[in-house]
Amino acid sequence: MTPLLAAAVAEGVIFYPLAILTLAGAFTMILSRNPVYAAMSLVLTFFGIAAIYVLLSAELLAALQIIVYAGAIMVLFLFVIMLLNITEAEMGKQRITVGAVVGGAVALVFWMLSYTVFEGLPNQEMPTQLAANFGEVVGVGRILFTQFILPFEATGILLLVAIVGAVVVAKAKI
Amino acid sequence: MNTVPLAHYLALASALFAIGLAAVLIRRNALLIFMGVELMLNAANVTFLAFARNLNDAAGHSIAFFVIAVAAAEAAIGLAILIAVFRTRNTINVDEVDALKY
Repeated sequence: MTPLLAAAVAEGVIFYPLAILTLAGAFTMILSRNPVYAAMSLVLTFFGIAAIYVLLSAELLAALQIIVYAGAIMVLFLFVIMLLNITEAEMGKQRITVGAVVGGAVALVFWMLSYTVFEGLPNQEMPTQLAANFGEVVGVGRILFTQFILPFEATGILLLVAIVGAVVVAKAKI
Repeated sequence: MNTVPLAHYLALASALFAIGLAAVLIRRNALLIFMGVELMLNAANVTFLAFARNLNDAAGHSIAFFVIAVAAAEAAIGLAILIAVFRTRNTINVDEVDALKY
């Protein structure tokens, strides 16, 4: 699976349109006035990122990305958007303030800095021959249950606490 | 072989992170701010997986797994807080929700 994918010359042909699609979704998210449109374009971005995970031979993470992000988290977002039923007036006008301009400038400077650092890296080609079970359920699961068993258990406790906390916080009367 | 070099994956990740950062800094709607945070977490995941493939070491995959789990917990808690804030203040504009105690 993996060497086959890496050997395909098509990786670049797939990657660059996919990257443009992903960035377009992110830009639409930040620019849209309606939160529902923002959530929908974020779903597009998450699907694009999942496809990029497949290109990186991370099949398990791609599946998790679609199930957890594009599925569960975005459904939660849409549910909250529709539950709150925010009108235009309550949402507050999106004005171009000094803070917004400074924020955009900070983000731009961050992007330029990180891009400079990444361009300064030695031009590394991706290896075409990967380890057995790389990125598949068996490979990732083996690492999770040996090397990272303590964080894995802590993640279970974290999710339990988050579920209970979310129910308590969102309850009508605390 | 004609693979996409590591730097291009990292450039995509940094662009996604910058857009998420801009969303957090610019947007006043708390929902959009949360979406920006999600975008930044995803950008970090892209970086982890790109390095994992480049170094041929699947440990980055487990880190990305943990990031996804923490993001799910963060989204649940954050949206619950948003609902609670909207119930008491009737707004989710972060400029108007500026008191910790009232």
